[in-house]
Amino acid sequence: MTGSILFEAIVFLLGAIICVSIAKKLGLSSVIGYLLAGVLIGPYVLGFIGKEGEDILHFAEFGVVVMLFLIGLEIEPKNFWNMRKTILGMGGLQVGGTMLLSYILFALLGFDWKVALVISMAVALSSTAIAMQTIKEKGLMNTTFGSSSFSILLFQDIIVIFMLGFIPLLSNTDDNASAEKHSEHANLLETLPIGFQTLAIILSVVLIIIAGRYLIVPMLRKVAKTGVRELLIAAALLIVFSISFLMEYVGISPALGAFLGGVVLSNSEFKHELESTLEPFKNLLLGLFFMAVGASINFIVIANSPLEIGGVLIAIVVIKALVLFIAGHVFKLKLDQKLLLTFSLAQIGEFAFVLLSFAFGLNILSQDQMDMMLVITALSMSLTPIIGIINERFILPKIGTKESIKRPTDHIAKSQKIILVGFGHFGNTIGRFLRSHGVEATILDHDSNRVDFLRKMGFEVYYGDATRLDLLESAGIAEAKIIICATNKIEVSKAISKIVKEKYPHVEMMIRTKNRYDAYELLNLGHENIYRESLETSLTLAKDVLSRMGFRKYTLNRQVQNFIKYDEDSLRRLASEPKQEDNYIFKARKELEQQEKFLNEDFKRGIVDFDSHWDSEHIRQVLEKTKEE
Amino acid sequence: MKKILILFSHPKFEKSRANTALVNHIKDIEGVTFHDLYERYPDFNIDVSAEKKILNAHDIIIWHHPFYWYSCPPLMKQWIDMVLEFGWAYGPNGNALQTKTCLNVITTGGSRKVYCSEGSNSFTVRQFLRPFEQTANLCGMEYLPPFAVMETHKLSDSDLRDYALKYVELITLLKQSLSNSDCEGFSFINDIPKLNTL
Repeated sequence: MTGSILFEAIVFLLGAIICVSIAKKLGLSSVIGYLLAGVLIGPYVLGFIGKEGEDILHFAEFGVVVMLFLIGLEIEPKNFWNMRKTILGMGGLQVGGTMLLSYILFALLGFDWKVALVISMAVALSSTAIAMQTIKEKGLMNTTFGSSSFSILLFQDIIVIFMLGFIPLLSNTDDNASAEKHSEHANLLETLPIGFQTLAIILSVVLIIIAGRYLIVPMLRKVAKTGVRELLIAAALLIVFSISFLMEYVGISPALGAFLGGVVLSNSEFKHELESTLEPFKNLLLGLFFMAVGASINFIVIANSPLEIGGVLIAIVVIKALVLFIAGHVFKLKLDQKLLLTFSLAQIGEFAFVLLSFAFGLNILSQDQMDMMLVITALSMSLTPIIGIINERFILPKIGTKESIKRPTDHIAKSQKIILVGFGHFGNTIGRFLRSHGVEATILDHDSNRVDFLRKMGFEVYYGDATRLDLLESAGIAEAKIIICATNKIEVSKAISKIVKEKYPHVEMMIRTKNRYDAYELLNLGHENIYRESLETSLTLAKDVLSRMGFRKYTLNRQVQNFIKYDEDSLRRLASEPKQEDNYIFKARKELEQQEKFLNEDFKRGIVDFDSHWDSEHIRQVLEKTKEE
Repeated sequence: MKKILILFSHPKFEKSRANTALVNHIKDIEGVTFHDLYERYPDFNIDVSAEKKILNAHDIIIWHHPFYWYSCPPLMKQWIDMVLEFGWAYGPNGNALQTKTCLNVITTGGSRKVYCSEGSNSFTVRQFLRPFEQTANLCGMEYLPPFAVMETHKLSDSDLRDYALKYVELITLLKQSLSNSDCEGFSFINDIPKLNTL
């Protein structure tokens, strides 16, 4: 039964859909859902997939390959240079510290020094897939925690290349058993003498860099010229596939090759095109990867020596957490950011699979050692989201940036009349403009660094989740005149609006929305003060275009005002129309239908002919007509 | 050679046949700054210090506008209200504009006939322009009679061209020098002998 690809695909997809939606419903990260799905469909529970997880993992690694290609794309050498201090500093500290401590651990456990060294390398690496997925899902990419994590992971992604180059040097040269044992995985590296393996790795890296410049970019240009969109998708996949194949052929990780390929292409004009093309593939393939990790947890190995594995797992997580915490401390992260960093990177990552099986292939590790480490790796990855939840629900609320600070007597006007939720790009402009009029808004924000900065600037800031009634109350919602929702998360605005409507109906709400669909929802909830962030900016741009084409600015100004009024009217009209389907899935189609409706209405309205104000031609025509009569 | 500033105010220039003809002929003349107020300040937010700088750099100021409801379009009034500041254009030390010359260039729908005590508009153009005249006086500027293109609805394209050419001649004269003594006895600068002999 398991032989059919279709059947496997159905099992994977069904598992993902069921488990991830349950995880999301429970407010957990999708990673947990995928891992759980993997465990469920894996060989030890339902047994749908694979006898051993290894095969699945091998295939699923492609998700990681695509992800690293995309990460590579995001690293323009220039940005890399700007972040060099955190990347090298934090990354170096983390990798070095973890390696040292875990080497000591494994040496004390009685492992051979070579084995201990390889394992400590594997342990030093965290999971880019899990950490980045969680960070992006929570929208924390722009916090110091987000960028620190990114830096550390980046350093690891690079250092792993050197590790792979270094491991062959540890190999027991006199032992030929490895080649026999893994003849099915035969690749170029294993046929080479040891010293040349390192050279081969360096050469293939150089090859990718040169190919990127002189082969891939010219090819993409040709493809782009055809103007056929799916060809570009094909080309993008071709690049990733080919690099993976090459790296696999050479015998090092395809993911690393993809990462390098991405870096090489990050300066090309196709950067964004490639990003948007591969993004959907990446997410699904990563899901597959997480499921494979879940499926590859070997419960037999665990059952055989539960204490040993449990002990080592805990020791490793503690070591990683400790080193991360220290790195965060050295780089002066705030306590809560430090904790987030500590707990989100305290796992062994997907590269461990690569390193360990590579070392296994070189006969450095024994089968038992590798099995144990693979299980520990998979378990540590599964543990991350759980630790994350504990941190988020139980530890963070107690420490970190305080929700509010009691300022000594100097506090500016205790009876603040305005509450501003969210001090990002949008909110900060509002806050600045209000302040320039001597109006000090009370700010609620969930980025602790920003909160501290704002406090230094003399703002009254409350830190935390603005949808909590008690936080709103301590921010003074009871005395507030207006509450401004400047967050870009419509769910937050809706939650706040619900609380305010129920408990403090006298407070006027002014809400930023991304688009008209969010605006509909809020209008239907009875909110009148809706500010669509895109409306006026896009019209200003269009106005400037028309102005450059020779239209008169004052007329355009008036037409923009008219257009806004017309659009606001139609927004309110359409919002009150009954909706047949409120389902998310139908949103895209609905959006298209609405677009069509608007375009039709615009068409009926005709090209906005200018009204007849100040139009002497119009007067002349009327005069002539009356004369004729 | 005197420098001329044309402060042009028209809320819908793109639809004005008469003003398009007039402006096309004069806007590129050397020594003339054509300052299109509605294009420069579509939001009515006038940059006062920039306007003062421009004024300082010119000798003759022309308020060029359609004659709406016996007056100028709102942005030009806004310009007067904001730029001609107390202590700068008038009042103590308000002598920035003294020695400058000033006039209105207007387009009207009505004919000269209707702009008199017997006509349907009851008053003459000169009478309606009194506020501008006095504004100029208060700022110490010499105020010349207006250049008027009237009955614009009835003018043919060639009539308009003639007016435009006359506007060009007027500018040429103004650049050399033209004062009230050349305009003695004329309500419109259109009619002065100097302009009609050239």
